[in-house]
Amino acid sequence: MDNERRVVSVIVINEASVLSRITDLFSARGYNIESLTVAPIPSSEYSRLTIVTSGESRVIEQITKQLHKLIPVLKVYEHTKLVEKEMALVKFTISTSLSDIEALSSSYNGKIVNANRDTVIVMVVDEPTRVSNFLSAIERFNPKEIVRSGSVALEQ
Amino acid sequence: MQLNGAQMVIEALKYEGVDTVFGYPGGAIMNVYDEIYKQDHFKHILTRHEQAAVHAAEGYAKVTGKVGVAMVTSGPGFTNAVTGLANAYMDSTPIVVISGQVPMSLIGTDAFQEIDAVGISRSCTKHNYLVTDASDLAHVLKEAFYLASSGRPGPVHVDIPKDVTAQLAEFEYPTSVSMQTYKPTTKGNARQIKKAIEAIAASKRPLLYLGGGIVNANASKSVREFAALTGIPAVETFMARGVMGASNPLLISMLGMHGSYAANMAMSETDLIIGLGARFDDRVTGKLSEFAKNAGVIHVDIDPASISKLVDATYPIVGDVALVTKEFLELAKEKIDSSKYEPWREMCEHFEQIHPLAYDDSSDTLKPQWVVERVGELLGKDANISTDVGQHQMWTAQYYPFDRPRQFISSGGLGTMGYGFPAALGVKRGDIERVSINITGDGSILMNIQELMTSVEQNLPVINIILNNHYLGMVRQWQTLFYDKRYAQTDLSVQPNFVKLVESFGGVGYDVSTKEEFDKALKDAVDADVVALINVTVERLENVLPMVPAGGSLFNMMLDDKDR
Repeated sequence: MDNERRVVSVIVINEASVLSRITDLFSARGYNIESLTVAPIPSSEYSRLTIVTSGESRVIEQITKQLHKLIPVLKVYEHTKLVEKEMALVKFTISTSLSDIEALSSSYNGKIVNANRDTVIVMVVDEPTRVSNFLSAIERFNPKEIVRSGSVALEQ
Repeated sequence: MQLNGAQMVIEALKYEGVDTVFGYPGGAIMNVYDEIYKQDHFKHILTRHEQAAVHAAEGYAKVTGKVGVAMVTSGPGFTNAVTGLANAYMDSTPIVVISGQVPMSLIGTDAFQEIDAVGISRSCTKHNYLVTDASDLAHVLKEAFYLASSGRPGPVHVDIPKDVTAQLAEFEYPTSVSMQTYKPTTKGNARQIKKAIEAIAASKRPLLYLGGGIVNANASKSVREFAALTGIPAVETFMARGVMGASNPLLISMLGMHGSYAANMAMSETDLIIGLGARFDDRVTGKLSEFAKNAGVIHVDIDPASISKLVDATYPIVGDVALVTKEFLELAKEKIDSSKYEPWREMCEHFEQIHPLAYDDSSDTLKPQWVVERVGELLGKDANISTDVGQHQMWTAQYYPFDRPRQFISSGGLGTMGYGFPAALGVKRGDIERVSINITGDGSILMNIQELMTSVEQNLPVINIILNNHYLGMVRQWQTLFYDKRYAQTDLSVQPNFVKLVESFGGVGYDVSTKEEFDKALKDAVDADVVALINVTVERLENVLPMVPAGGSLFNMMLDDKDR
């Protein structure tokens, strides 16, 4: 079985319980959600969800069709040529080799975004696979906490 | 015009032309019931359980083609209604269910009779609403009726907090609906339609595979015309019984798990499936990888998600099956020559001859199949036939001579025991002239037996024919076949006295164990014009056959008990 990773964007009316409708659909029909981001579309009554999912092509087709069937859904894009980015924030203790971390993060569109007496926080923004690479590269610096944002994507 | 929320509900129902509401009052919906008391635009039918109210609304909707309406209170009133919503969702029946909710200020506090109703109904409705302001009620109810009845029909649930039903607001009922995000495709793609007709013309063994969508779309007439014009044989799904008419020479029979040998063989031998408003569910296809292996697939459905969900469509056509069939009909007049399929029709007839649908009648005990056939002989097209769920349901689908769409009212997708009696009440309300029969089993009938009271009180006579084998028969059949006769919890030997039971409610009852008794009881019950239970003792261990075991191939059927 060819389990493809797919990015699906969904434009929905920004109203109560719309997010539950989407996530209920995924759980009820046994579809995967790898990541999900949602935010209002500026100066409109709509929100945009970016869902990273996986499955055989028949499953992916069903996902887009079933999403379409939900009444508050305006559009569903199943991306083929897309620009996809994800952000990660990573916290280190200040004793860590700061210059190494800064050098690493800058090669992943990142930088130190916060520092206090005990910790620094590094932000990187890149393609999800590269974010994963970054996260394995910094493992040896013993990060205290990691948070990934999930993908956002636009069709080229 | 300033109205309170409760008055708005009444006004909306009036604008929608609703003549019947099935329901049950309670605390959170009392404001609406107070307005029901004051009005005479529609009749409220008090069922004796909320589940029955929703099933009755569904029976009403199925027999009339209109939107059925049910009303319940919050908490347990609503949760009792959930099975009804789920049933309507699986069978694509247009209903609107209005529930009361605790006041807005109490939502989320675990208040008395509070439950997250829209959270629960989300997965078993086409859409649902929690109305948080009375000024939203007009457009929400307008949308609810529109959504329920358009596109692929289905249940819509509207939850209204008690304070919203008391809140005053300006009311103007919309005359039309325009929803940016909901625009079902009704007209089929012309190029795809043309290609489909060319494929039919090129095929040697095309087969019409007819589903319940045809009933919903009121497309039976054009489907019959299309079949007659092209001479293409047809198989019906359970939900499509009555579409072709029992005496139609082109109708092979029902297909699927308990379909006929001929229907299943035709499906296995066809080179082109013409699927109209059917969804290839597991009870129809059997093992998918073995299903109609050599066939192309034309699939016409109003719901794009039904197409290529389970079986890849070679010619997918999204649209209203009535509109698409009419276009098929126009093109077929020039392109399709009926005589080309003569060898194929002969092959289908041959299938019917080698293993016709049959049972061994007995002079000792009544056979359940005989009872169904006999009802068909005595009442035929003059009765509407509802069923519960189980063996009796399959025998009814197999042996009743359904003559018209909307004659057969049954729980197809969800398989809800207890559905038949309340549905038959709604059927009677929607079609008062015809006899309303519920063919049921000794298991199912007790699941909504309290509706005897509704039937008597509202003067909605339903004749319940209990095919009584003192077993939970379908489960017993599976235990016989697949569980080495370990009859876990399926022996229903302990039973009420059905005659006394129905008499205590004011109806009539009959214990029947011979053919003569049955004929007399049915005639009496029809004349009595009051709710009836005809308790028919039938052969205990009769199995529903033929049978495709779950997950088996359609062409590999158990034809009789010797095949076990």
